[in-house]
Amino acid sequence: MTTVIKAPGEKSAERSGGAGPSGERGAKGSEGTVLNVFSHGFLAVWAILIVLPLIWLALGSFKTDAQIGGSALSWPSNWNLDAFGRAWDKGIGDYFANTLIVMVFSVPLTMLLGSMAAYVLARYPFPGNRFVYYFFVSGAMFPVFLALVPLFFMVKRFDMLNTYQGLILVYVAYSMPFTVFFMHSFFRTLPTAVHEAAVIDGASDTRIFFQVMVPMAKPGLISVGIFNILGQWNQYILPSVLMQPQTGSDPERYLLTQGLIQLQQQQGYETDLPVLFAGVTIAMIPMLVVYLSFQRQIQAGLTSATLK
Amino acid sequence: MSQVAQGRGRGGFIAGFLLAPLALYLTFVIWPYVQTFGYSFTNWTGQSPTFDFVGVDNYAALMKDEVFRGALWNNLLLLVFVPVVTILLALFFAFMVNAGGRGGAGGVQGVRGSGFYKIVYFFPQVLSLAILAVLFGAVYRTDEGGLLNGVLIRLGLVDRLHPVEWLNEPRLVLWCLLLVVVWHGVGFYLVLFSAAMQSVPKDIYEAALLDGAGRAQTFFKVTLPLLWDSVQTSAVYLGIAAMDMFVLVSTMTSGQFGGGPDHHSEVMATVLMRNFLYFGKSGYACAMGVVMLVLTMILSVITLRATRRERIEF
Repeated sequence: MTTVIKAPGEKSAERSGGAGPSGERGAKGSEGTVLNVFSHGFLAVWAILIVLPLIWLALGSFKTDAQIGGSALSWPSNWNLDAFGRAWDKGIGDYFANTLIVMVFSVPLTMLLGSMAAYVLARYPFPGNRFVYYFFVSGAMFPVFLALVPLFFMVKRFDMLNTYQGLILVYVAYSMPFTVFFMHSFFRTLPTAVHEAAVIDGASDTRIFFQVMVPMAKPGLISVGIFNILGQWNQYILPSVLMQPQTGSDPERYLLTQGLIQLQQQQGYETDLPVLFAGVTIAMIPMLVVYLSFQRQIQAGLTSATLK
Repeated sequence: MSQVAQGRGRGGFIAGFLLAPLALYLTFVIWPYVQTFGYSFTNWTGQSPTFDFVGVDNYAALMKDEVFRGALWNNLLLLVFVPVVTILLALFFAFMVNAGGRGGAGGVQGVRGSGFYKIVYFFPQVLSLAILAVLFGAVYRTDEGGLLNGVLIRLGLVDRLHPVEWLNEPRLVLWCLLLVVVWHGVGFYLVLFSAAMQSVPKDIYEAALLDGAGRAQTFFKVTLPLLWDSVQTSAVYLGIAAMDMFVLVSTMTSGQFGGGPDHHSEVMATVLMRNFLYFGKSGYACAMGVVMLVLTMILSVITLRATRRERIEF
C-alpha cells in the first residue's frame, strides 16, 4: 500500500545527462524542488490538523478542570494519572469490558457464519443461488435507520433487550452483507484443483470447508476480520437503541461508545472535564495500537473492500 | 465455480451451511426492513399493541412537517458538500503524496515520507464517531477553553469577551459538522485514490511526459480520468454517510437527539429518532425511514448516472 510510484531509473539518468545526484538537483530539478516544498507544505498542514486536536485532547487529561475551562492553550500542570483512574472508576472500565465481551463472540461468529454462507454461494451451484446471494448483499444498501423501530421490537419480543446475546446476534446479522460479499469473491478465486483432490481423498464437504478452504482463505478472513472489528467496535446506533436498561432494576450494560457519550453528558453538570478527556484517551489508545500494528492490512483491507 | 461440487445430493450440506446465517439475517435485518414499510401506514405508537391502518396519512403529514422539511434540506446540503469537499481534498493530497516529488518524471514520483502521511491521515478513520463527537465538542467549546476559540483569541482574530459560539450559531452549526466529517474522511479517500493511482501503469505517464504534458495537464488529462471509477464509488459512499449523520448531530448539538439551535442542524435521522423514542410516534418514524431509503436509492442512481463516463481500460 505504501509503495510509491517511482520514476523509472533510466529517466532520471537521461534527464541529468549522466551527472551525479547533486548535479541533477542543481540543473533541472529546481522546478521540482519548488513543488516539493509546496506539496510538503500542504501535506504537513493537514497532518498537523489531524494530530494536533488529538494531542490537545490527551493533554487535557492532565489539566485541572479550571485549566480546561480557562485557556485552551495552557500547558497541563498536574502530571499524574488521577483523571484516568477516575474515568476508569466512572465506568469506562466496565464499558470497555462490555464491548470486549460482545466482540469476543460477535466477531468470530460473524466470520464463521459469513464464510459458511459465502462458501456455499460461491462454489455450489443450486437453484436460487444468485437470488440468495443478492438477498444477502442487498442488506448493505439500506440505511440502518430504516430498520431501527421494528428491530427494537423484534429484539424485545425475544426478551433480549439490554442483553449481550441480543446485541451479539444483531451485530452478526448486520455484518453479514459485507462479510458474505467479500468472502464470496474470495472463495471464487481459490483454485478448484485442491478441492477436487480433497474430494478424491474422500473428504466430506464439511471437512473440506474447515480443513482445506478456511485455511486457504486466511488472507481474506483477516481483511474481513479487521473490517468487522473496526465496524463493531465503533458501532454506536445499534447499542444505543438496544442496550438501554429497560427497568430501574436492570443493570447498565453500556458499550464504550455509549459510555463516552454518557460521560460527556454527565460532565456538563459535574464539571470534571479531565475525566472526560481521560476517558476518550483511554478509548483511543487501543485503536491507536491496533492501527499502528496493522496499518498496512487495515488500509489495504478497507480500500479493496470499497473498490470491489 | 467448482464443477466437482455439482449435484450428487449435496442439498443437505448446502442447506445446513445456509440455515443459521439466513435465519439470523432474515430475523434481524430483512424482516425489520419489510416491517418498516408496513408500520409506515399505521398510527402505531410503539407502546400499545393495537394500531390502525391510516393509509398514506403519515406521508401526507411528513410533507407538511416543517422540521422534517428543514432536516431534508440540511441533508441535501450535506449531500452536496460532504462528497465534493472530501473528494477534492483527498484528490489534491493523493496527487501531492503520489506525484508531488521532485519533478522531471512527469509528476509520478511520490514525496519523501508519503508512507508517513498516509499513516497519519488515515488514523481518524479508525476512531469511533463517539470519540469524534467528544473531541470536536471540546474543540468547538464556546469559551476560550475550546481549541478553536483559544487559537483564534491568541491570534487576535476573535475578541476574548465574545468568542464564537460555533455550535450555537444557527448559520455556523451545519458547517461545523461538515468540517468534522471532512476531517474524518479525507485520509481514507486519500488512501483509496492513492491505491488507484498506483495501479495506473507507468508507461502511460511516460507517454504523457514524452508528449510534453505538464504536471497539471498530467493530473487532469491522465490521472483523473483513470481514477474516475474510484471517484464515483467514493461519491456514493460519502452521499450515504451524509444522509446519516445521526451520531454527530445527536451528540454534538443541542436539543433532544440534537438538531439545535432551533432545528438548524436537524437531519432526517435525528427527527426520526426523536419521533420514535421521545414522541412515541413509531408509525410516523417508519414513514421517515422509508423516505430516507427512497432518497438514498434515488441519489445513488443519480450520482452514478451523472458521473458516468466512458470506462477506460488499462
